[in-house]
Amino acid sequence: MGLLSDPNRRRALTNLLTRLNAPICVVCYLAGVMWFMGLAFEPFTLRTYMSENAMGSTMVEEHFPAGERALATGREFAAHKKKVGGMPVNWLVKTMESRGLEVFTQSFTRKLPFPDENKERYLVRGTNVYGILRAPRASRTEALVLTAPCSQGNANNQAVGLLLGLAQYFRSQVYWAKDIIFLVNEHDLIGMQAWLEGYHHTNTTGGDWSPLHGRGGSIQASLSLELSSDVITSLDLVLEGLNGQLPNLDLANLFHAFCQKIGVLCTIQGKLQRNDWESTSGYSHSAQTMMLMVLKQASGRPWGDHGLFLRYHIEAATIRGINSFRQYKTDTTTIGRLLEGMYRKLNNLLERLHQSYFFYLMPSLTRFVSIGYYMPAFGLLAVILLLRVSFHLSDRRGLGVGLTRYPGVLSILTPVVISHMTGVALYCLPVMSQEMAVQHFPVSETEAVVLTAIAIYTAGLALPHNTHRYTLPLVLKLVALLYLAVLLGCTALINFSLGFILALSLVPIAAFITPHTHKPLSAAIMVLLSPGCTLLYCVLIFQELQETPVSLQDGWMLFLSVISQGILDHSLYGSLVYPLLALLIYPCWLLLWNILFWK
Amino acid sequence: MNVAETVFIDNVPTTETDASPPSVTEQKADEADHVLDTMQTQDFPPPSTAKDQFQEELVIKPLHSGDIYASFQFRTQWDTDFLLGSKVSHYRLFPKSLGQVISKFSVRELHISFTQGYWRTMQWGQPFLPSPPGAELWVWFQDTVTDVDLAWKELTNVLSGIFCASLNFIDSTNTVQPSASFKPLGVGNVTDQRFLRYAVLPREIVCTENLTPWKKLLPCGSKAGLAVLMKSEKLFHSSFHSQALHIRPVCKCKSTSWELRQTLNVVFDLHTSGQGKREWSLFKMFSRTLTEACPLASSSKVYVDITDNPQGELFELSPATPLVSQAVVLGDGRTYSVYDLTDHATFGQTHSLNVLLRWRAAESGEMLRPLLHGERYVAGYGLQTGEIHTLVYNNHPYRAFPVLLLDTVPWYLRLYIHTLTVTSKGRDNKPSYIHYQPSKDRLQPHLLEMLIQLPPNSVTEVTVQFERALLKWTEYTPDPNHGFYVGSSVISALVPSVVAMDTNNTQERPLFSSFFPCKEESTYFMRIYTEPLLVNLPTPDFSMPYNVICLTCTVVAVGYGSLYNLLTRTFQVEEPSQGLAKRLANIIRRLRGVPLLT
Repeated sequence: MGLLSDPNRRRALTNLLTRLNAPICVVCYLAGVMWFMGLAFEPFTLRTYMSENAMGSTMVEEHFPAGERALATGREFAAHKKKVGGMPVNWLVKTMESRGLEVFTQSFTRKLPFPDENKERYLVRGTNVYGILRAPRASRTEALVLTAPCSQGNANNQAVGLLLGLAQYFRSQVYWAKDIIFLVNEHDLIGMQAWLEGYHHTNTTGGDWSPLHGRGGSIQASLSLELSSDVITSLDLVLEGLNGQLPNLDLANLFHAFCQKIGVLCTIQGKLQRNDWESTSGYSHSAQTMMLMVLKQASGRPWGDHGLFLRYHIEAATIRGINSFRQYKTDTTTIGRLLEGMYRKLNNLLERLHQSYFFYLMPSLTRFVSIGYYMPAFGLLAVILLLRVSFHLSDRRGLGVGLTRYPGVLSILTPVVISHMTGVALYCLPVMSQEMAVQHFPVSETEAVVLTAIAIYTAGLALPHNTHRYTLPLVLKLVALLYLAVLLGCTALINFSLGFILALSLVPIAAFITPHTHKPLSAAIMVLLSPGCTLLYCVLIFQELQETPVSLQDGWMLFLSVISQGILDHSLYGSLVYPLLALLIYPCWLLLWNILFWK
Repeated sequence: MNVAETVFIDNVPTTETDASPPSVTEQKADEADHVLDTMQTQDFPPPSTAKDQFQEELVIKPLHSGDIYASFQFRTQWDTDFLLGSKVSHYRLFPKSLGQVISKFSVRELHISFTQGYWRTMQWGQPFLPSPPGAELWVWFQDTVTDVDLAWKELTNVLSGIFCASLNFIDSTNTVQPSASFKPLGVGNVTDQRFLRYAVLPREIVCTENLTPWKKLLPCGSKAGLAVLMKSEKLFHSSFHSQALHIRPVCKCKSTSWELRQTLNVVFDLHTSGQGKREWSLFKMFSRTLTEACPLASSSKVYVDITDNPQGELFELSPATPLVSQAVVLGDGRTYSVYDLTDHATFGQTHSLNVLLRWRAAESGEMLRPLLHGERYVAGYGLQTGEIHTLVYNNHPYRAFPVLLLDTVPWYLRLYIHTLTVTSKGRDNKPSYIHYQPSKDRLQPHLLEMLIQLPPNSVTEVTVQFERALLKWTEYTPDPNHGFYVGSSVISALVPSVVAMDTNNTQERPLFSSFFPCKEESTYFMRIYTEPLLVNLPTPDFSMPYNVICLTCTVVAVGYGSLYNLLTRTFQVEEPSQGLAKRLANIIRRLRGVPLLT
């Protein structure tokens, strides 16, 4: 280790880092972006494979015959739903009981902090109905869950029909070793949250639900079914859950294996698998798929009813039937067989799914990028912050005064505290002050919340910048850099996508912001790269990738609704993205903003 | 089942009766004669005055859910004392292997059950003999035993061999000495809990290999009598399977006698075994019919519960039998049709008995809610802490009654006993008796016994928080991600009987008999078990040692290596090298012998 022990070489290294600091940072940034884009290139990714022995070699056969009857049940369900004008609880209880299940109901009430305009709900009352198929000679220690939402309108009737059909068929089979819980949840995620909290007797978000009376022990895996047509062309697999959590990769492998076996088209992010990776379009296809996954994961919201299971360490995914204009159609019997096969394999599990990866990105259903491959992309961005720290420490002439005249820790407390108070205001005020805003301005509650948030966000920029007369910009900058590095590092460990996207926008400004730069230009760049604008870009890019591009004005409306959804996700399900952005990322950005407006 | 360590009994004298039971059970048709021969040649009292007798019976109870419950009971009673000085060496009906166990280990009472499945109280009502999922063993030793722990350890290993089960996994970490929940069921006055041992193995899987040795303990084996119905392919094609064995001293009022009771309970499922049709017969349940009683049995009967069907309006029972028996079972007056297998007329023309129940209506009436019912689950998420919730339901409309709750929790769930709360109807319900024995890491489990008064028509919730311990890496099971089991809680209670609850006098009774509730029927003892728990502990990634080795090597190489390098290296000021001209000049000077230039 001559580098460390040889003072000459050490000095040379330091000199190199100091002299070439800016170019090295630029190279690191570009390399990080390149690395990330390279992840979608097929030769750089790994092929998925089944790690779990209990699901791999064991042969199961699928005999589910009753697709037509399931559809008839679905139509009956739809009729009752229409008649009752909501969840037909009594009919469901009776139907499940006649199929030999132990049936229980759970009622719940939830008052949203402000009306949800997307789904048009404010005070939510509902009932979950679930039936438990008791496995013979099992002692209620393990369970599998199959859920179907009771949605408004005509959606998902087929899913409930198929769920009941599968329940009836499963009941007459002898091979079950785990209890199977068939759950029909009302009000999608709110009902699911109530049921899961009831099942585990927790209350993280202050909902009001009645306790459950039937349980099946510890839940090993769960699938949510969404099906709105009698025939489908493909099945889409949704993995992204709350706070960017993902189920074990083996669950995705299991789904893919059965789609292959039964011959059903399967997609992820709504994108089919393509085999032409050499071509540009092939690459851009898988890059788009991966980017969609990154954006969805970064949003931290559950993208299907399965998303809330992940908090309880239950491997879960949503299977969504897609009916497009393709020629090749799949009927309900086949989907039933697919689910039967998956449940039989899950039933064979001896341990929880743990063999395969929990941290991954999927550029297609057969390819995945594991944590070891994608982390360097983030690492390359994060190292810029550390390089800048070392640069400022070694280059004492930079930013004015050297560290020798260190002014004390207290002096930087003022900007730090002010930024964080702004963050706390951004976190608390929108929901708290909605009533006042509604009284004084002609807006709805939801608009009030969103606009208050934007107002506070903007007001933060105009905060006093000259309170810290005795502080040194260098110290503040060092603190901001280290703060950002720790923040992004922790975020990326929990939710890589979120960490990476934030790093993409925040690292450049954190690295190169100084009080001496050209102010109007820097300020414009800083605002354009602020967390709020990043969110706007993400919304636009997401729409673009989903092949539903929107105009700037629609994009803006979407942006507003995304903010309200983020706040709702936080208060309803405990999603952490909104508090992270409001309480930590935004104050950190404000610190950088302070440096820019140094006097 | 792993039988890792089995201690065989070798110092019990085996005499000339070696060929008699239990090996009698392995012999074929003329067992009775063989036994008679043995007895006569050895000058024992003739069988008419034999002090042992054997009874067998089968109770069939149609359940409201459409399933059917079959319960076998075999009772062998023997007026002898294993524990007096004289060695008991001649066995007739009583299995020798168990007799030897009793005398060697000075066992006073032994109760063992193997259960696969969980009894669904809310669907099926109460079982005749409750048992928890897995294996349960509780033993009272005689007060003459000095080292109870040693006797217990050896006994479990011997039983492990006899029943082909993993009872040898019973050690101090899952054995407790309950102070109140398990009182002796036979005669005797020792109630010092030091002589009691109780253990449950919730993970034990019960299968044919446990059934076969159990059947061999019967005098007729599975060759004759009711035991011919016990074919494992059918018994294990059921919703619930439980086999048990109870040994206890009972009173014959002059001398004690020993009772061995073997029970087997099965519930057949309407949808899987019954193909969804409400029609049950012996043949459909067991794929056999009855042709004879066990020749050694003094009584051999089949009972069918017809309480809900007094006029035959609900189901049709064939062949019809004139014999009817009434009994109070679990606090409820029940009526049974009886088939006496010792009577040849029972078998009729076909020489076989195939009891058939055929329902007239698809639905049977509402079941009376079981008065006592328990539930248990783990609350919370994450791998650090959790909370065990035990719910005890009292469904009696107006009577409160006390229950004894026994919880055994393995040491690796560290109970925070200060968080123990007992609430009924939203109010704190202070237990009148608490016996708590804290765990010792790797030595003994938590034992918590409480006497709780259950208010009428209420749910009592007992919660206690726990922390999940991090085990040593060798202590994990081979399948650590499956989770770790916590045995069932045991709820023992004196429950007010349904007969006494019946104030409406819906049943025909003489007026003079029905004003005050009948005293001896007013309460009955009941024991129920909650479901076992499966708890996940923080589990390391077991490829971790490899990663650790890699990481450690790197750290040592890079960190320690360079530090060591810095510490041990000697630093010298490097002399500037001499110029080429000077060196040449010095060579010439050396040749000339002139002092060198510096």
